[in-house]
Amino acid sequence: MTLAAILAALEQGCLYGIMALGVYLTFRVLNFPDLTVDGSLPLGAAVAATAIAAGIPPHLATLGAAVAGFAAGATTALLATRLNILGLLASILTMIALYSITIRIMGAPNRTLLGLPTVFDPLSSLGIPLYQASPLAMAAVVALVAAGLIWFLHTAYGQAMLATGDNPAMIRALGVNTDQVLLVGVGLSNALAALCGALVAQNQGSADVTMGVGTIVAGLASVIVGETIFGAPTVARACLAVVGGSILYRMAIALALSVRLGPLAVSPSDLNLITAVVVILAMASPHLARRQRR
Amino acid sequence: MIEILGIHKWFHRGTPQEVHALQGLDLVLEPGDFVTIIGSNGAGKSTLLSCIAGTIAEDAGTIRFHGTDVTSWPEWRRARLIGRVFQDPLRGTCAGGTVAQNLALALRRGERRGLGPGVRRAERELFRERLAALGLGLEHRLHDRVGLLSGGQRQALTMVMATLRTPDLLLLDEHTAALDPKTAAQILELTERTVFSQKITTLMVTHNLAHAIALGNRLVMMHRGRILFDSYGPDKARLRVGDLLQRFHEADAVLNDRMLLTEASSPSTGEGYRPAGHGCPPATNHREGHGPAGSCGHPSQEKNP
Repeated sequence: MTLAAILAALEQGCLYGIMALGVYLTFRVLNFPDLTVDGSLPLGAAVAATAIAAGIPPHLATLGAAVAGFAAGATTALLATRLNILGLLASILTMIALYSITIRIMGAPNRTLLGLPTVFDPLSSLGIPLYQASPLAMAAVVALVAAGLIWFLHTAYGQAMLATGDNPAMIRALGVNTDQVLLVGVGLSNALAALCGALVAQNQGSADVTMGVGTIVAGLASVIVGETIFGAPTVARACLAVVGGSILYRMAIALALSVRLGPLAVSPSDLNLITAVVVILAMASPHLARRQRR
Repeated sequence: MIEILGIHKWFHRGTPQEVHALQGLDLVLEPGDFVTIIGSNGAGKSTLLSCIAGTIAEDAGTIRFHGTDVTSWPEWRRARLIGRVFQDPLRGTCAGGTVAQNLALALRRGERRGLGPGVRRAERELFRERLAALGLGLEHRLHDRVGLLSGGQRQALTMVMATLRTPDLLLLDEHTAALDPKTAAQILELTERTVFSQKITTLMVTHNLAHAIALGNRLVMMHRGRILFDSYGPDKARLRVGDLLQRFHEADAVLNDRMLLTEASSPSTGEGYRPAGHGCPPATNHREGHGPAGSCGHPSQEKNP
């Protein structure tokens, strides 16, 4: 792998690390597996791209994308708590509905940002090459998001959220409206996914309704690989591990794409299979290790 | 004063498995009452506590705290009035949080939780003080995860958490049943000490008749969704385990006889123990040979054999 490829993987890892932190919030903190992110990531991209094209400043457009993502997550939570629809199914319903909504927002399945301003414009005036400046900027963004999430989970409300995922009966007995906490948590998770989508669109210069496919799997891979390799004894360590996992995951993909065995080369369409295998191995590894010891 | 009036609860209502778990139960608690509740399996003890806490919704009846009707309040809202300790030591604490974090969650019971710190420095002092009173050394383990504690330690912690902010009502649902005898004795001692020092109105369900007699100022015996016997003050202090067993046997014998009669005289294939096979059991029926069924708000209603 070339230095440029490593830097590119680092950039992608940091960028998608924002979404992975959102997946950590639902999957680990709230214990609510949520597939809405597959729809809220392109939703965020669409909102940001459409808003920028309409002349709204890029940072406001990005903020708007996060708000839209929160609404998407809140919808899933309401379906699950108010209408008593199984959480996983509720998130799938929101996800497929978002497909139509995202195309409605853009007026087409995709939208280009060529020649339009983005939040990353200031990077080109820093005086260092963009392929170096961009990963640094992404690292700064994901560090900021991770710090914010760590802070939030240590507030009184964040502690109630951790308890909601850990022992809902206990925290209800201590006066917490767990339905409301779930709404805020799933909302925040999808706000992060949409923020990620908005930044990805601005980074690659276009938004596309299909860019969300496999988001949840990449997010889970980041969470599980990160926790397995870096360990997650505390909330803060877990958040950092998730970002680390996201970077490792993108590195692994870049590495896989550079593999060539005689006439057989890994194509981008093989990545889903590779990802699935990586997640299975990471999830099964504690179980397999236990079996070995016996 | 806490008033629990006319509570009915059915499970599987309208099906062959219908169970009328609470049958118009009345219970009025004076401030500071420490009531022990006994009764055979299926008497409705745990159902009663769940209805008071709001974990399950009652089908009829009213629950009032100091004149405020809380019947329509959801469980989390009632929690500002109620402290609870469950039978399962794992249920009352968060395994993933530290001892301090768990206590901080309990300290904010019924309060709005905002973006302030989850655990404040000054609060740690309070936690150390309360834990030191347990004599279990937990005050040195504020930063340990609760999942590392033993069942007895977790139950002691839950007890502290339930009473950290003095509740208007403390619900103890067989909270020593899952513990070994020595630990159970420690938790009971802690219970008694806490309830009396903070003067907490308490309902304690237990299967241990000796505990039911030894603790509290009032004893309530439940049977098939009603209160069969309510003993208060000096009368309660004179009770013996044998007296209670006698009452259990009498209750079972009378009810079984009557059930046989009911079933013989009715064409229905009476499932379970429904007295007459209809939604509301005939109250008059129940009065034969017993004290006033269900309504036992006052000590004077207690009838000695």
